[in-house]
Amino acid sequence: MYCLLKCAPLILAVAVCHGWLFGDFVRKQELNEISLWPIPQKFQSSAVAFKLSPASFQIVHAKQSSAGPSCSILENAFRRYFEYVFGDLKSRKKVYDSDLVELQVWITSADPECDGYPSLQTDESYELSVDEPSAVLKAANAWGALRGLETFSQLVYEDDYGANNINKTEISDFPRFAHRGILLDSSRHFLPLKVILANLEAMAMNKFNVFHWHIVDDQSFPYMSRTFPDLSQKGAYHPFTHVYTPSDVKMVIEFARMRGIRVIPEFDTPGHTRSWGNGIKDLLTPCYSGSSPSGTFGPVNPILNSSYDFMTEFFKEISTVFPDAYIHLGGDEVDFSCWKSNPDIQKFMVQQGFGTDYSKLESFYVQRLLDIVAATKKGYMVWQEVFDNGVKLKDDTVVEVWMGNKMEEELQNVTGAGFTTILSAPWYLDYISYGQDWQRYYKVEPLNFPGTDAQKKLVIGGEACLWGEYVDATNLTPRLWPRASAVAERLWSDKSVTDVGNAYNRLAQHRCRMVKRGIPAEPLFVGHCRQEYMGL
Amino acid sequence: TIFSAPVRACLLLVVVSVWVQQVDGVWPLPQQLDQSADRNSLSPQRFSFTYGRDSAAQTGCSVLDAAFKRYFSIIFPDFTKGSVSVKTRGCDGYPDEDSDESYNLSVSEGQAVLRSVTVWGALRGLESFSQLVYQDDYGSYFINKTEIVDFPRFAFRGLLLDTSRHYLPLHAILKTLDAMAYSKFNVFHWHIVDDPSFPYQSRTFPDLSNKGAFHPFTHVYTQSDVMRVIEHARMRGIRVIPEFDSPGHTQSWGKGQPNLLTPCYKGDVPSGSFGPVDPTVDTTYKFMESLLKEVKFVFPDSYVHLGGDEVSFACWQSNPNVRTFMEKMGFGKDFTKLESFYMERTSIVWQDVFDYHERIPQDTVLEIWKGETYQAELSRMTKAGHRVLLSAPWYINHISYGQDWRNSYAVQPQNFSGVWSKQKKLVIGGEVAMWGEYVDATNLNPRLWPRACAAAERLWSDEEKTLNADLAFPRLEKFRCELLRRGIQAEPLFVGHCKHEYDGL
Repeated sequence: MYCLLKCAPLILAVAVCHGWLFGDFVRKQELNEISLWPIPQKFQSSAVAFKLSPASFQIVHAKQSSAGPSCSILENAFRRYFEYVFGDLKSRKKVYDSDLVELQVWITSADPECDGYPSLQTDESYELSVDEPSAVLKAANAWGALRGLETFSQLVYEDDYGANNINKTEISDFPRFAHRGILLDSSRHFLPLKVILANLEAMAMNKFNVFHWHIVDDQSFPYMSRTFPDLSQKGAYHPFTHVYTPSDVKMVIEFARMRGIRVIPEFDTPGHTRSWGNGIKDLLTPCYSGSSPSGTFGPVNPILNSSYDFMTEFFKEISTVFPDAYIHLGGDEVDFSCWKSNPDIQKFMVQQGFGTDYSKLESFYVQRLLDIVAATKKGYMVWQEVFDNGVKLKDDTVVEVWMGNKMEEELQNVTGAGFTTILSAPWYLDYISYGQDWQRYYKVEPLNFPGTDAQKKLVIGGEACLWGEYVDATNLTPRLWPRASAVAERLWSDKSVTDVGNAYNRLAQHRCRMVKRGIPAEPLFVGHCRQEYMGL
Repeated sequence: TIFSAPVRACLLLVVVSVWVQQVDGVWPLPQQLDQSADRNSLSPQRFSFTYGRDSAAQTGCSVLDAAFKRYFSIIFPDFTKGSVSVKTRGCDGYPDEDSDESYNLSVSEGQAVLRSVTVWGALRGLESFSQLVYQDDYGSYFINKTEIVDFPRFAFRGLLLDTSRHYLPLHAILKTLDAMAYSKFNVFHWHIVDDPSFPYQSRTFPDLSNKGAFHPFTHVYTQSDVMRVIEHARMRGIRVIPEFDSPGHTQSWGKGQPNLLTPCYKGDVPSGSFGPVDPTVDTTYKFMESLLKEVKFVFPDSYVHLGGDEVSFACWQSNPNVRTFMEKMGFGKDFTKLESFYMERTSIVWQDVFDYHERIPQDTVLEIWKGETYQAELSRMTKAGHRVLLSAPWYINHISYGQDWRNSYAVQPQNFSGVWSKQKKLVIGGEVAMWGEYVDATNLNPRLWPRACAAAERLWSDEEKTLNADLAFPRLEKFRCELLRRGIQAEPLFVGHCKHEYDGL
């Protein structure tokens, strides 16, 4: 070992004199420079490289920092990113001098928010300066520091001798959009906890900050409710093996919090609720065939007070279980045929003077539901139909645009009415096709619609959606990554970052980095990773 | 809660009786299957596989001893005799194109009897047997009274993996072989090298992988890796047919073998890039002879795939030496010459060779890969008297939204205009191809399974009984859950769930 230590610099010097290593070295640096994902807003790097040794390098709280060892978010992140940078224990045995001795993490605001939750208003900006002997990461709060730690870990690269290097770098970074989400659907197929956690991990690697949990739908109700246990008891695929217990949900929320990710649950009504009906009697509308009930059920029955009593109790629970300020209330794809068939509903329509316009009945339901949820002091998100049908919405409502046709027009209308909006229409990742479809997702410009500057400001972000009809634990992760990474960069980096060729090179390396970190991210095209996926 | 208990019990009974209806769910569907609702319970403590008294194979038969062990733990995963009778020996051999894979399985009270001519047939029967066993909600094992007479419709039921566009770690290949056996595939077509990389570590020409692999140590198949693949396959009755594709698709070969590839010209000067193998120099043929001699030695199967697809003529045409050579020699000698190195072997080539060359040895097997006109091609090739493999409709690397397995399932390999039934008989089978442009160890398995199962049934079962995809759907859905239970990462067909969900990532 001693000889190796002594001799290594000598071999290196000789090699440099001969020129071949030098060439290789420069190429490596260039490669490294382009492998950040998503690319920071401001970024300057020089060819000067520093070595990092796992034996002596440390991630520490800066003296001036308002956060200290009691900040569990940062303590956990330090350990996580140390492991990402230096790999497994085996490779940590390498011993050499460290040029860079530490990364100081400096939280500048009085409240580092270590015990809170990230929100729509969270400041995720950070500044990172890598220079001898210390690197400094400056952020207003712990959330910005998490983003900076991810960037720092992406700057470190291994040379051909296995040593870790980082170049002299200055970064000033902040997200272009505040809401950068991933939607997973745990109803069409149950997703084991492990899969959800792994994808939260991958989300953090891509600076996503919202997990939109489409937790229940027609097919199954895996959310275990404390108030209404029959919902999952009778509505899940299996009452014990295919459910999320309260402690599972808690674990997801905490795991996400540790990574600066908000968890927004979606309880979609009045449509998409078939599984709800298994556990709650009389919640759904009985459909009729001629003059008698056909035995099938439609959307939530909007004419019974019991439906609203149930929703009041249910959302009271949801508002305490999920800490985020927003709940997604769905409101999409309501099928009117069952309502139309039901004589009681027909009578109600006449009483209310709705004529034959069933979207008025839908609005009637949604309006009452929104009032119920507003009483829990939560904000809400809804799918675009709710806005389209003219339901009166609270000012802070977020409208999610998902329909691919007339997307620009919809954005124009929603923002024209003064509502904030997020875009998911171009990013339905469950639609697969042969080839490099990530490029299509990458080329989307969310603000490319006619409207004033004030309107554009109302677009607060977007979501990549992986609906579950054809997706479960077997194929979810490789189907999502690195295709969702394209969306991640679009939502984080500057508008001017649009070079697909440059993105390809960085993304190919970023996917190898995810593979190295244990995420089975599929290949972009022909090629290889130094460390291939070893799971299976 | 006092009242709910009996209600629940009632429900279970209903479930059980529905379940009994469904146990004919063998995939691919056996040729003849008679089943009654009479069921026998199986006790893992008392059940065992034994060799029949009249069986030619007895204890010591490596293939079956290993298979008994394998299928016992597949049937009873929570633990670690029926009777097997094999007419001929052959436990230490390899399956080949003439292997008889037929078997008869009779399950009656107290015992089950599996009869087959060869050990390979016994393997197929064991697979069917394992799929007949089911568990009730209390964990007891059952099998219904069943009579099966079964044999494959086509002798060649292959699956192609491409280890050049992306390197596939050994365990990914072995896992694929496991899953192949579950669907009764019997040929692993190993597209081992191609333009992007040369992972086969040659004993004769080590530089091919030293310089042509993605990485000379971590991204190669050593000789012992190859042996392991061949033995793992043999144990499952699967042939391993390697493909060393030339003269095109050989960019990676050029790195380790100087002067093998044709230098392309730009005007009068070499452009610095290279094209297909240079057919004009003797060194090429000497090299190919030595390499193929090695391949013949390493891979025991009597077939070898010589490729021959998508040769770009632009580079050849640009090169003055090649132009002169072509005038001198005429066209199309290259393949005949290549094949001459394989005197005792049967070669498979891609359809291009047939399309562009006049003279091809009669025993060469042609593989159809071009999608648009495969029926016409089937017609032409069989008319010319060649044996044919169909893979065009089964390029399952092409993915799309939804249930594309139905397209694979709807394929009718013998539905083409041909004058003689002899022509139809020349279709010896087909292959599912998983090309590697967008596939590596991260996504290979869910992309293969259960999509490849559709072709597996088309190639094994009676077409008349299996043309309705809607009828196949519940059986395939159940089979994919069975694959999950056996640890194969098979993706869902549509919404729903399995009792045992995939437990990995």
